[in-house]
Amino acid sequence: MTTPNIHSWLEQHSDYLYRFALARLRDPHLAEDVVQETFLAAIKSPSFAEQSAPRTWLTGILKHKIIDVMRKNVREIAASDLIDDDDANVDDFFDDAGHWTDKPLKWDMPENALEQKQFLGVLQSCMDKLPAKSAQIFMLRDVQETDNEEICKELNISPTNAWVMLYRARLGLRKCLEINWLGS
Amino acid sequence: MLSCKDASQIISQSLDRQLTMRERFALKLHLLICKYCQQFSQQMTAMHVALKSAASAIENDDTIKMPANAKKRITDLIAANSAQS
Repeated sequence: MTTPNIHSWLEQHSDYLYRFALARLRDPHLAEDVVQETFLAAIKSPSFAEQSAPRTWLTGILKHKIIDVMRKNVREIAASDLIDDDDANVDDFFDDAGHWTDKPLKWDMPENALEQKQFLGVLQSCMDKLPAKSAQIFMLRDVQETDNEEICKELNISPTNAWVMLYRARLGLRKCLEINWLGS
Repeated sequence: MLSCKDASQIISQSLDRQLTMRERFALKLHLLICKYCQQFSQQMTAMHVALKSAASAIENDDTIKMPANAKKRITDLIAANSAQS
């Protein structure tokens, strides 16, 4: 009686939940962990037996677990290297007069499926090169489309900190894409 | 007059918050004369769109499965947890 359909849920939804988590955390082990925590939270939930749309319900739990992981990861740097060298990092991209050191080029966005796939491949590898925590706040903002206020609240950082982190992540990603995608 | 450094920062923040009138005006002026920041701005949009589609590509890729050992581990944990209750 206690676990009426949890095993069939696992069969039917775990791959989807895993992909959902992987798309956001981009780390197979972390993705496994949050799916595991989601199922464990699900069986402990008092409303477990009443769920008529399990996938939606489980995805809702999973989203919170993903934010928990991101929060933990971002907090680890928020205190340390984030605040010290903001300017030093941004200054790599500009000269003393504030001009671009690598001038942004015109991008012709990929049109066919093959080119799109190549572009996404480069984007992925550029994301991997970002400092993990910048990448995470970036995912939270741009992929998960988390509200900026919520990011600050969740991560316990100031709006200014969040903007600087996002700005740096975007500058880094842009440059990496330009070198590795247009350059090829 | 904004430098490219200032302008790019405002462009980035425009994705995260409402700009002030003053910022919008200054940015517009800068973009009129600076094609690099125009291109930067277009790149920001392109990246956003591409990231969204990268995520949904993973999400919709049926060939990606959760590893069998992870499923087994979760099954065991569920069994252990329901045995206790």
